[in-house]
Amino acid sequence: METPPYNYAIVRSFIVWSILWGVVAVLVGVLISFQLVEPALNLPPYLTYGRLRPLHTNAGIYGWGIGSFFALFYYMVQRLCRTPLWSDGLARFQLWLFNATIITAAVTLLLGYTTSKEYHELEWPVDIMVVVLWVVFSVNIIMTIVRRREEQMYISLWYMMAALVGVAVLYLVNAAEVPVSLFKSYSAYAGTNDANVQWWFGHNAVAMVLTAPPLAVFYYFLPKSTGVPIFSHRISIIAFWSLVFMYLWTGAHHLLWTPVPDWVQTLAMAFSIMLIAPSWGSVFNGYLSMNGQWHQMRENYLVKFLILGITFYGLQTLQGPSQAIRTFSAFIHYTEWVPGHVHMGAMGWVSMVLFAAIYYLVPRLYDRELYSIPLANLHFWLVLIGQLVYSVSMWIAGLQQAGMWHALNSDGSLTYTFMETLVEMYPYWWIRAIGGVIYLAGVLVFIYNLVRTARSGKPAADAVAA
Amino acid sequence: MWEKKPVLFLLLATLAILVGTIVTMVIPFAWVNTEADRIATVTPYTPLQQAGRDVYIREGCNNCHSQTVRPLVADVLRYGEYSKSGEFVYDRPFLWGSRRTGPDLARLGGKYPDAWHTQHMEAPTSMIPKSNMPAYAFLNQNPLDPGYIRKCMKVLGFPYTEADIAALNGKTEMDAMVAYLQKLGTGIPKAAAAAVVGDLKNPFPKDPGSMQAGQQLFAQNCAACHGSHGEGGIGPELEPESYQDADLFKTIYNGITDNGMPSFAALGSTKVWQLTNFVNYRKEH
Repeated sequence: METPPYNYAIVRSFIVWSILWGVVAVLVGVLISFQLVEPALNLPPYLTYGRLRPLHTNAGIYGWGIGSFFALFYYMVQRLCRTPLWSDGLARFQLWLFNATIITAAVTLLLGYTTSKEYHELEWPVDIMVVVLWVVFSVNIIMTIVRRREEQMYISLWYMMAALVGVAVLYLVNAAEVPVSLFKSYSAYAGTNDANVQWWFGHNAVAMVLTAPPLAVFYYFLPKSTGVPIFSHRISIIAFWSLVFMYLWTGAHHLLWTPVPDWVQTLAMAFSIMLIAPSWGSVFNGYLSMNGQWHQMRENYLVKFLILGITFYGLQTLQGPSQAIRTFSAFIHYTEWVPGHVHMGAMGWVSMVLFAAIYYLVPRLYDRELYSIPLANLHFWLVLIGQLVYSVSMWIAGLQQAGMWHALNSDGSLTYTFMETLVEMYPYWWIRAIGGVIYLAGVLVFIYNLVRTARSGKPAADAVAA
Repeated sequence: MWEKKPVLFLLLATLAILVGTIVTMVIPFAWVNTEADRIATVTPYTPLQQAGRDVYIREGCNNCHSQTVRPLVADVLRYGEYSKSGEFVYDRPFLWGSRRTGPDLARLGGKYPDAWHTQHMEAPTSMIPKSNMPAYAFLNQNPLDPGYIRKCMKVLGFPYTEADIAALNGKTEMDAMVAYLQKLGTGIPKAAAAAVVGDLKNPFPKDPGSMQAGQQLFAQNCAACHGSHGEGGIGPELEPESYQDADLFKTIYNGITDNGMPSFAALGSTKVWQLTNFVNYRKEH
């Protein structure tokens, strides 16, 4: 059968740029982790923790995360639809706009132009750039799907389309604001309403950016890497629709014990627990797809990344719902436990799956064999250890911090002042910073391996060619 | 069949997303920030306070400081009365935050005098030795722009007079920040302090163990304002052997609301007696 003229150039470009922004995200993350232990590393006004932390999260989520989803969606949609991209020109424009947006975001955040809303800090002109970017992307993907030559839409396409609609709805509603000047606006909502809208957005950004797209990637690249299909189509269907339905109820678990109405909190708590089912549906579907293939964990570095990734997804979606229970939230909310949780998802689940997909693609896109499998294994161990050092140290820190915050003397007074609890965090913060450095080393090995592959890898035998 | 029809699929996915959205995000608007939610004593920000709030946002203070006290024993003991929805009706955006790398600030207003805040923002470790907060001395160098702040007040629809705007001339971002911090959490009347009543007897007079404990507590809680040897600073000099034990205990325990002396009731009575002993009977002059 003849192969349609797929557009791989755009996939390559998005991969290169997303990795670049990924390095920025990790570098800034390492820097701010040192700022917490050594405040002299804050260089006001532009390089303080308060301004750099949003740069870290935005570069990670939007630069590395969404950037590589652009690449992988464009690859998957063409393959799964057996048709070239609907518009190459539009995709090219999107690449430019993407980089322009990320650069504008970085500069404006350092200048202090921020809405203050977590994961939605960008001010209104940058918001508009993001919206145009998303519309252009969505149109291109959807039109490609409409013109597909494969009747059935594969699971990955479902998650991709859900992400397209989901992000659009979330971003537009949460972006409602009244401009004062070019880089300052006030939220359209006030106080408790604003909080509830923001965390409806915040938590579902996790669903629509950091869950649905990596699941699309996982469902495509796991069978591609192992050579055997997904275990159960029926589980995929149930898991998909229940995930898409239930996620949207859970935002207020970020607001337990706040003035948000109690019934909203209770609904969020209940749906968070229910979400374990669809999340683990995908986890089990992944594990059961490995039936008879577990030996590949030893032999195939791609499988190692993917299976560890889905394992961290499983742990993340157990830990998350437990944190959404009122009593446990009362204990660990606001503590160091929370960054430990978030980074298991970001560094473990999402990034592991992205690493695997990129390792799968780069040799095919450049028509060369991977430069070094031992280096890919080294990369695997460095990011795994770096992430575990980070998360485990923060969980222990969070438990100690929570215990000290809540400790009471027998006369009913507080046992510790705030500063007595803060100084206990310094050793953990050092350990966390070291974990970040190990992770950064892993990412640099990854990049070195890719650059060597593209520049001087052995020309591929036909078997590897896409 | 939905697996073969992309347009139908997109419609179904949108519907699935909208159900939870409408129930948990749209419908609460019918309850929140309505008349029933309002608290009469909560007022909008003045131009100076709002300017300070915008600086707070610009510097990303919300990345380390939360602004909601939860109805939990330890939260209320540490920070004060738990937060009510009606206190936030003028907050656009809300600034509740999600981390407490530093302490919660929802009830900060009136806790310390202005001079404490200025000095703390300029050099945090001069007030709190092991603090990891960045220094914000540069706020002293940035003058406010009254015309711009007027525009902000208009967009927010908050009341102001031209005199308020004119008063901003010559003020810095530091002044604005301090004004904002002093406003936080003052919208509801302070809960009556757990005032100490009855005859107070010092349980351990001049006991050396309690003196040593008191010395430590003094360094942690008092030295920043009263000087490391009680020589005075932001707060007055503390002359030994010049107080009645019971009066001194009450002052430390209850605080003096009008002049910026915070209440240290959260330390518990044992520690407050230890402080009383140290302040009144220390021998270093």
